[in-house]
Amino acid sequence: MRRLIPFLIVALCLAAPAAAAPRALTVYTYASFVGDWGPGQAIATAFETTCACTVRWIAVEDAGVLLSRLRLEGGATEADVILGLDTNLMAEAEATGLLAPHGVTAPLDALPIPWTSPTFVPFDFGWFAFIYDAERMASPAGSLRDLIEGTATVVIQDPRTSTPGLGLLLWMRQVFGDEAGAAWVRIAPRIVTVTKGWSEAYGLFLDGEADMVLSYTTSPAYHRIAEQTERYRWAPFAEGHALQVEVAAMVAATDVPDLARAFLAFIPTRAFQTTIPTGNWMMPVIDLGTDLPAPFAEAVPVGPSLWPDPAEVAARRKALIDDWLDALAR
Amino acid sequence: MALAPTLGWCAAASVVAVVVAALVALVGAAPATGAPWFDARLVRIAAFSVWQATLSTLLAIALGLVVARAMARRRFPGRAIVLRLFGLPLVVPAVVAVLGLVAVWGRGGWINEALAAFGLPLLPSIYGLHGILIAHVFFNMPLVARLMLTAWSTIPAENWRLASEFGLTTHQVFRLVEWPALRAAVPGAAALVFLLCLTSFGVVLTLGGGPRATILEVAIYQALRLDFDLERAVVLALAQIVLGAVFVGASRSLCRALPLGPSLERPWARPDATGLAGRLIDGAIIVLAIALVASPLLATAARAASAPVAAVLAESASWQAAARSLAVGLAGGALATVLGVAVALGARRCRDPGAGAAIEAVGVLTLVVSPLVLGAGLFVLALPVINAVAIVLGLVVLVSALMTMPYAVGLVGAGLASRAIERDRLCAALGIAGWNRLRLVDLPAVRRPIGLAYAIAASLSAGDLGAIALFGDQDSETLALRLYRQLASYRLDEAAVTALVLMGLAFALFFVIERGVGGRGDA
Repeated sequence: MRRLIPFLIVALCLAAPAAAAPRALTVYTYASFVGDWGPGQAIATAFETTCACTVRWIAVEDAGVLLSRLRLEGGATEADVILGLDTNLMAEAEATGLLAPHGVTAPLDALPIPWTSPTFVPFDFGWFAFIYDAERMASPAGSLRDLIEGTATVVIQDPRTSTPGLGLLLWMRQVFGDEAGAAWVRIAPRIVTVTKGWSEAYGLFLDGEADMVLSYTTSPAYHRIAEQTERYRWAPFAEGHALQVEVAAMVAATDVPDLARAFLAFIPTRAFQTTIPTGNWMMPVIDLGTDLPAPFAEAVPVGPSLWPDPAEVAARRKALIDDWLDALAR
Repeated sequence: MALAPTLGWCAAASVVAVVVAALVALVGAAPATGAPWFDARLVRIAAFSVWQATLSTLLAIALGLVVARAMARRRFPGRAIVLRLFGLPLVVPAVVAVLGLVAVWGRGGWINEALAAFGLPLLPSIYGLHGILIAHVFFNMPLVARLMLTAWSTIPAENWRLASEFGLTTHQVFRLVEWPALRAAVPGAAALVFLLCLTSFGVVLTLGGGPRATILEVAIYQALRLDFDLERAVVLALAQIVLGAVFVGASRSLCRALPLGPSLERPWARPDATGLAGRLIDGAIIVLAIALVASPLLATAARAASAPVAAVLAESASWQAAARSLAVGLAGGALATVLGVAVALGARRCRDPGAGAAIEAVGVLTLVVSPLVLGAGLFVLALPVINAVAIVLGLVVLVSALMTMPYAVGLVGAGLASRAIERDRLCAALGIAGWNRLRLVDLPAVRRPIGLAYAIAASLSAGDLGAIALFGDQDSETLALRLYRQLASYRLDEAAVTALVLMGLAFALFFVIERGVGGRGDA
């Protein structure tokens, strides 16, 4: 018996944590939100101190895959929360019936539009903008119309494979209405190329392949903060800038609805939001005051925020993409 | 049935079963949307897919032959390293390769800088069909050169002796001695290149210059990820397989293999390797080929130099990711090689040549099964257990094995074709059959191609982002995924360091596997 005692102690030590194992919250997101450069780990650590639970991230390639994966898994999904869809995928995500209302009422005082969705909680947002290199271009276009009529070359993303690409398509649509097709035809000769994703386009721009690149107003903040250079700037456009809002939602089939709700309520708090600017290089949804790094304050456009209705996007996306293909294939 | 054909049938049948199960599962996973499968736009896309892939293949084969011939005619210090350098382009993730190519060929690239320094006119924009072709030559010409070099080594010594005795000219040597041996390897190499070019949509989109340059894989992506029209995605994937099959069939009937006689003599030096002009031309070809392959890789290295290299290399996460990539590479490569050897053996030793061709076609066509559709289908199949880490990694290995198996089929098939008559006679005379024949005769005969196939498949699998992008897991970051994350977080310089680590890993894998499995000696 005496020989057994050490074994029993070891067995107890091993069993004790298992018995008291905290509950786990599984959050699906996109690849760059977690990992060494995204804000995911810091958010998990901060949330875990409030919930006596562990956060488990499952990160897939991008927002499109995120929605595909949820749809493929259906009610059997292990996800409790899905984080990383953008507003242009909202209507379709909601239509799956797999998501549940969030009940979060905290004000989103930095979000430039009123938020009414009962299903989705915004966790960050950004304005699309064209970025230029001030060392190579003194006076960039002052409006989308200037850009269309001007001489600057651009590199953009494909709306079929990239959310900024789709964002530009909708932006053009909002500014030019039924003339959008003609506007695309005008700028077509100066589109250096259309890339699969944001990374390729931005890399090509930094290599000097084009005068401007479609990105976010927050992109210059990265260069200011990480590289101490003011070389890269965003061009303010008179018509206003299209808004991209990234959202999270609770999965209806979750087995930890209280944790999922607590996580969504955690989103519009300082602990979560302070990780966003230099973690995801997007704008926080609440006013962080002096905690917002200075370059981000300069990322706010003066004009209106253009905001396509998610339901309309879902209904017309395919037709808009087809029109875009036809305009550029001419 | 004899052992080899049985193995071949088993391997081919399991591959078909996995692919069909994945496609069926995917179709059943969501109701059809009722949208039409095909329209005029899609026909245009399909036509462009085939057009660019055909041009890319012709160019890569022609240049690959030229480079392989120069390499076959010369022995020089560092030749083995050059051959391994030729293994690198395929393992560089497409986005890194594209940025590297643009850094060389682009508006502000190295070539334009040099031209401007001498006051010469600049290159036209790289974006367009020619940009796609440059990229596809960069990816595939070295592969073709390697495959062709293997074919060169199958030329019997007697033929060289006769060529010497008759005093054949360089041109005659090519037509009478070399081409008969090479034509056996051309269809296989062409099929690999064509199938790769048919699906490389990141490269085609970015360098094509706009949506005019769209291939079927983009339409599949749109159907699968944007429209969630799974039925359409599967139909398009099937259409892509049909296009691939038509090309593979056509290249085979255009370029039929000739059986080569047995070689009984010691190696004989080729008669046309002397002479200053020949030396200069071969030297120029080899230098240009090295420049073409190495410059985008060097551009990546130059970009990495502006990153805090030491700090990036000191991150333990980098090395964990490297270890995971290594594990995926070794496992995926091994599975691909085993399947590939079984298929190649089975195809070669089938009594009925039609059945043999069918087995081999299965082994090659997996390359043209849309990785997006295959991944999604396998995901649906594995849904009940999808969040187990072991399953995720297992699926990643399976998908990369299926995608890299065609290299093994091509290489081992070419190796088996060489001196087949000799071995058949030997085995018939000695009564060696079944397992003994496999162990004592066939496998040792193709040890080198197996080594090369495993090296290629392992380094390709190690650099693959493919399936892990869909399955995702916080604990399974590979180098490719890490690189993807760095690029998405503005860290282009650090991504270049990761790309270099990935290349180093691939190079080491290549070196160790080719030597360790394939044995010493050059190609």
